[in-house]
Amino acid sequence: MLAYLIRRLLAAAVMLVVIIVVVFSIFFLIPKWAGVDIATSFVGKQADPASVEGVREKLGLADPIYAQVWEFFKGIFVGRTYSGGGDVTQCAAPCFGYSFRSEQAVWPVLTDRFPVTLGLALGAAVLWLVFGVAAGVLSALKRGSIWDRGAMVVALSGVSLPIYFTGMLSVAVLDIGLGWVDAQYVPLDESFTGWFGGMLLPWVTLAFLYAAMYARITRATMMEILGEDYIRTARAKGLREPVVIRKHAMRSTMTPLLTMLGMDLGALIGGAILTETTFSLPGLGQKVLDAIKNQDLPFILGVTLITSLAVLVANLVVDILYAVIDPRVRLA
Amino acid sequence: MTDIAKSGAALGEPRAVKDSPAPSAFLEVRDLKVHFPTDDGLVKSVDGLSFQLEKGKTLGIVGESGSGKSVTSLGIMGLHTAGQYGKRKARISGEIWLDGTELLSADPDHVRKLRGRQMSMIFQDPLSALHPYYTIGQQIVEAYRVHHDVDKKTAKRRAVEMLDRVGIPQPDKRVDSYPHEFSGGMRQRAMIAMSLVNNPELLIADEPTTALDVTVQAQILDLIRDLQTEFGSAVIIITHDLGVVAELADDLLVMYGGRCVERGPAEKVFYEPRHPYTWGLLGSMPRLDRDQQERLIPVKGSPPSLINVPSGCAFNPRCPYADVPKDDLTRTVRPELAEVGSRHWAACHMSTEQRERIWTEEIAPKL
Repeated sequence: MLAYLIRRLLAAAVMLVVIIVVVFSIFFLIPKWAGVDIATSFVGKQADPASVEGVREKLGLADPIYAQVWEFFKGIFVGRTYSGGGDVTQCAAPCFGYSFRSEQAVWPVLTDRFPVTLGLALGAAVLWLVFGVAAGVLSALKRGSIWDRGAMVVALSGVSLPIYFTGMLSVAVLDIGLGWVDAQYVPLDESFTGWFGGMLLPWVTLAFLYAAMYARITRATMMEILGEDYIRTARAKGLREPVVIRKHAMRSTMTPLLTMLGMDLGALIGGAILTETTFSLPGLGQKVLDAIKNQDLPFILGVTLITSLAVLVANLVVDILYAVIDPRVRLA
Repeated sequence: MTDIAKSGAALGEPRAVKDSPAPSAFLEVRDLKVHFPTDDGLVKSVDGLSFQLEKGKTLGIVGESGSGKSVTSLGIMGLHTAGQYGKRKARISGEIWLDGTELLSADPDHVRKLRGRQMSMIFQDPLSALHPYYTIGQQIVEAYRVHHDVDKKTAKRRAVEMLDRVGIPQPDKRVDSYPHEFSGGMRQRAMIAMSLVNNPELLIADEPTTALDVTVQAQILDLIRDLQTEFGSAVIIITHDLGVVAELADDLLVMYGGRCVERGPAEKVFYEPRHPYTWGLLGSMPRLDRDQQERLIPVKGSPPSLINVPSGCAFNPRCPYADVPKDDLTRTVRPELAEVGSRHWAACHMSTEQRERIWTEEIAPKL
């Protein structure tokens, strides 16, 4: 188990380096090939030539790409000092880049927005796991029943309806119409109840989509598992049916769900753009949308890296949990 | 004790009487029918099966794939109704008497309590029949604790004891292994340990050696026999391999198309078979004890559809002697089991004399 853990951690570390190199290269090489001046896009279109030249010097754009990557990589650990064009810009470690356009270091903005997105993703995950998996299991056990059909119709609509539709609808009905909730974001450190109330609709909206997917996967997996020989063995032992389901069938059903959860959570932590935009949540997703609109490259790069990191960490956790659940994985 | 009971694994008079009083035999199956509704029609997997079995005796149920062997065993265990999700449930009728209790009409929870304790089962493929995520020990402990109110420590001691009993080396260490860490033979031993942990009075082994390689097969069969002697259980061995039951079984029951075509004491069925299908089975069995074995004689054709069972004798499309009985009897009337010797029955329209002659003159010399 320990060997497995160490192997996974090492693999994750290598992967992280690869991701940084690849993402950085994409952001800096492709514009170059396309004939776009990176320095100009860093400063903004209305910039005067002097500050463009300054940024070019600060970023070391004249250096070969590997030197640029190295500078960026080093900056993550020791911070970075951009100098050129007559002035000096400090970027403290961990430096994930600096936006010369908005005169901001990327990292503090990301850490500022990260808790919003994390809260959204985790809260929604709890909801969709509870309701999605429960609905899936019940559908599998009562297949063909009214309940099963109903749940699957709801699940289908959950998968098909876009977030901005269900989100808007829930705001229109529950907030504006009925006034049950106040869909207004309040930071957690200001008021817990305010934060909770504000997050309720985003959670439900996001969870609706994912719960639908999880319900369908759970149902399919559960039905397959229930046909396994070892389930028959469990019954042949004289176990009560609820024990057979809980202890034997559920444990096997969990593995594919865990894999999905790792991917989904990782991706969501990188920013649930649609949900955040619909509910005006100041999270990473909204920031990246702003950054794309303003062509603020350092932020796009920063969020991309954070997303990759989140997917990586989530998958690492999944791999470890996987080994806890399935003893056969420990050998691999 | 009746004469039937004295004679061991008694095969009572075939009958289909409903609501009859509890039999004296330890296990008696009367007119068992297991039908599955499907989109294509009603699959009659078992269609009227009766037999008896005493404690300490072994019954071999033989037949090809789809003849209803496994369905019969699952029916006895009550595993058709347990875990039936959805609308299409198996339809099961008849009577299954186990030690004076009729199982089909009994409370399902009562049958559940008998499962694993009074009757238990060994499955064909121990790799898929054991849960991959739990250790061998955990699975045996679970089987023991369902029926015994003991703490985990006591149950684990019992698990180690059972693993030792079925010949697993270093049982105190292996008890913490996972199924995938065992070899095929070891897994089947562990499976046997699990099914015997509660000293069941009835043990059903459904193709216990099919998934194992030949050298291990004999060991497992020996083990089952030894354990039966030790525990005095009644054993049903289900197999398509006559070689498996040749030495083990006291009685044999040959199934074809969901029905019994021949049953009787093992030596009778082997040496004086009275049904063409049994002849076919014997002819397709490789044997090392004969010099003049030329080539195996397969049973021509394929197993019958269980939805549209051939009218008359289900075996008639494949039977080389289908035209021997007069008036096209084989294709119009379903033959019932009839006594052909002492405790020996077969379902065939040919007269006993005709069959005796065909067997001694045509079939036996070629085997």
